[in-house]
Amino acid sequence: MREVAVLGIGQTKIDEHWDKSLRLLAGEAILAAMQDAGVERVDSIYVGNMMSGSANFQQHLGAYIADWVGSRFSESLHIEAACSSGAASFRAALMAVASGEVEVAVAAGVEKMTDSPAGEITAQLATAADADWEVDQGISFVALNALVMRRYMHEYGWQKDDFASFSINAHANGAKNPYARFQEPISLKAYQRAPMVADPINVYDASPMGDGAAAAVLVPAEALQRSNAKPIIRVLGSGAATDTIDVQSRRKPVWLTAAELSVKQAYKQAGIGPEDIDLFELHDAFTIMATLSLEAAGFAQPGQGPRLALDGEITPSGRIPIATRGGLKARGHPVGATGMYQIVEVVQQLRQEAGETQVENARIGMAQNIGGSGSNIITHILGI
Amino acid sequence: MEIPRHWRIKSQRYGLVGEVCPHCEIKIFPPRDVCPNCGGEAKEEYIFSGRGEVYSFTSLYDGPAGFEETTPYTVALIKLEEGPVVTAQLTDLGDASVEIGMPVEMVTRRIRSDGDERGMLIYGYKFRPLGLGPR
Repeated sequence: MREVAVLGIGQTKIDEHWDKSLRLLAGEAILAAMQDAGVERVDSIYVGNMMSGSANFQQHLGAYIADWVGSRFSESLHIEAACSSGAASFRAALMAVASGEVEVAVAAGVEKMTDSPAGEITAQLATAADADWEVDQGISFVALNALVMRRYMHEYGWQKDDFASFSINAHANGAKNPYARFQEPISLKAYQRAPMVADPINVYDASPMGDGAAAAVLVPAEALQRSNAKPIIRVLGSGAATDTIDVQSRRKPVWLTAAELSVKQAYKQAGIGPEDIDLFELHDAFTIMATLSLEAAGFAQPGQGPRLALDGEITPSGRIPIATRGGLKARGHPVGATGMYQIVEVVQQLRQEAGETQVENARIGMAQNIGGSGSNIITHILGI
Repeated sequence: MEIPRHWRIKSQRYGLVGEVCPHCEIKIFPPRDVCPNCGGEAKEEYIFSGRGEVYSFTSLYDGPAGFEETTPYTVALIKLEEGPVVTAQLTDLGDASVEIGMPVEMVTRRIRSDGDERGMLIYGYKFRPLGLGPR
């Protein structure tokens, strides 16, 4: 296997893009990434997306998007792994280039959620859970996470307010990211007053939906000249693992085994450990998921994730900065695109292009994308 | 509406019919072909008692499509006394406040309806506080 580098990145603002279609959004991100990379043609395009079939009545995004970006005749596939579709497309592109089969690959993620009414989108999101044994009981995706969060609070003795710092940090960082869905900071008081969605999860524990697309161009690192103005961003590690699709069948519902396994693979490949990570773009779809990701990745002991947030260790100047561009909470969570936003944001940090939320001397960044309620988890480590 | 899908799992929905692994003897619900504990083949039927306790719970004030008419309602993870955990609504709560560890038992209730008067009604398991009388 050969070493792979990320040569270009592109993203759209996450928003309610009433005037932009699925392919227009995907095209905007992919063409921006190709321009950033300085490439005019690509060999393969991997399009991560969760629910275009139900939300936009359009499947087969491979051919659909390749033609749109002027790459008709390229190999192109639609990759689905629920909310981890973005990282799944990145991993597919990575393996294609690493293997020597493909020279220039595009990994993209796109989700166009506002073409369906919100109630239908909620039901479509629940298709990431088990239809027979979870969804048919009247559960929503938020409710599944609420079950995990309440159990976690019960087992480890945390109070609701102990999770506020995750949301406050995300919004503070999102306020400085022009691509973020929400660009206003929030206060502890606002968190405490936020309406409940499924207790104990309130609206400030949960990430917002939105329309968006993000993309990256991957090439063999050996082809790049060290004299480039931009640093060469290398993919140091990649790992992927699954767990049961349903929360009820997990041996320990308050532990993300798939995160632990995927992150261990990625650390091993990169030859590093958690102490070497300068920033971590994790999957804070809910504050409880940020907590569990930090623990599974080795930054906190089981049950101690909220302590990092309470101590200010997750801010851009803390020990392990997370959600540095707003995270899912404030940047937004266009589900199948999210994993690619995380990659784009890690690259921004490593290039020192993260503006006011730049992590000083960032040399190694990690991104972790979660599909379902912890059932498909993909981790990547990038470095300069 | 996906009638065959609901028909297929009626014995689980109405009777909590699961499996016991012939190799490691762990109880399994819902049934599956490969034992999640030992990896052996699992095909031996086992009927669960329906008794268990609340492992976690949440209330939904804004139900997903198909559940609007029953909101608000409480969904829980129930740890069955034989081991497995199932996802189900709580019912017959009255003024009882739900707590983790609360003993509950399975009852059969209407889970949802298609809405229109000729639509399908789906029945299945819910759980209620233990000790409310005959099921």
